[in-house]
Amino acid sequence: MVTEAEVWEALAEIPDPEIPVISIVDLGVVRDVKLEEDRVRVEFTPTFLGCPALEYMRDAMAARIDQLGACAQIEVVLDDSWSTDRITPAGREKLRAAGFAPPAPREAGGPRLVQLQSNAFRCPYCGSTDTRLENIFGPTPCRSLRYCAGCRQPFEQFKTI
Amino acid sequence: MSERAQLLLSIADDELVLGWRNSEWTGIAPFLEEDVAFSSIAQNEIGHARALYQLAAEELDTSADELAFDREPAEYRCAPLVELRLVPDWAETIARHHLYEAADAIRIEALKSSGDARIAGLAAKIAREEAYHRLHAEMWAERLAAEQRFLEAVERLWPFALGLLPADQRPQLVARLARPEQAVSPEHERGAHTPELEELLGEMTVVRRSAPAGAQW
Repeated sequence: MVTEAEVWEALAEIPDPEIPVISIVDLGVVRDVKLEEDRVRVEFTPTFLGCPALEYMRDAMAARIDQLGACAQIEVVLDDSWSTDRITPAGREKLRAAGFAPPAPREAGGPRLVQLQSNAFRCPYCGSTDTRLENIFGPTPCRSLRYCAGCRQPFEQFKTI
Repeated sequence: MSERAQLLLSIADDELVLGWRNSEWTGIAPFLEEDVAFSSIAQNEIGHARALYQLAAEELDTSADELAFDREPAEYRCAPLVELRLVPDWAETIARHHLYEAADAIRIEALKSSGDARIAGLAAKIAREEAYHRLHAEMWAERLAAEQRFLEAVERLWPFALGLLPADQRPQLVARLARPEQAVSPEHERGAHTPELEELLGEMTVVRRSAPAGAQW
């Protein structure tokens, strides 16, 4: 029988399908791994409810656990337990290196427009904070578009959720 | 059907139908940023619908897809506000977006303190995503605040927006948007349907109806 650590290690090899530079474990969507009598139970919580990669991630986890010779039960938890705060420090660094500005910490009271329009966000390419909001929405639900006046480069910002 | 299932279906139907309407701007919005924004908002709304249908489906012993696509038009519980086909009128689209997000915030906030832990948990998740829709809607309402076409559209759609909420939550919407109270006539209330709904459902289920039963995607 596999160990929990082996399962975590195996899941950490699965890339996020939309941003393959980070793994689903770095992304924080794997909430819990539990070994039960004859199977491995994984609690999985989506980033955004409309995420089209949900089934893909679920199937990829089941297939990977199957390779370990165990039977997987993937439970999708639809509650407020995923937050961008769950992205690991290593995951944040990988995002930055790939040109995605990591999310700001979650605050009580939710996001505000003045805050999004402020220059509190750092360009992942040149490090300048002379950046502006171009669009709250981006190519996937979890990203916004910003523009850096320092290096004249558009970049994607992870939304804080 | 239990009150719980009815409530879940009302909100799920609103989100599915509005998500569909919002997606009608994909490719033809007035500029690229709005093309992206409305497509993304549509994707979120349909995601919320899916999660709400799943909760209802467990109780009703069916599936989310069957609830979303296989009911008769009269069985849908969405409010007339979301059914209206407003493409290609941007002023009316933004007016509905502005009114819907304000009303939706009130009911989702109330659901966060539901005694049903799964509904409360899902509502908290939805509320976090909707916060970005609301910022977007508020930004546009401010931008168009002096435009006659937008003001007329808000005026026309206001009774529909009231009809989206149960009567006990309407005073909150009146206060939130600082608008006059107004009696809601039957055609604006949830339960009434516009002729546009049947057309929309026909279009939305073309693929599903063309596939053999049990087809996998």
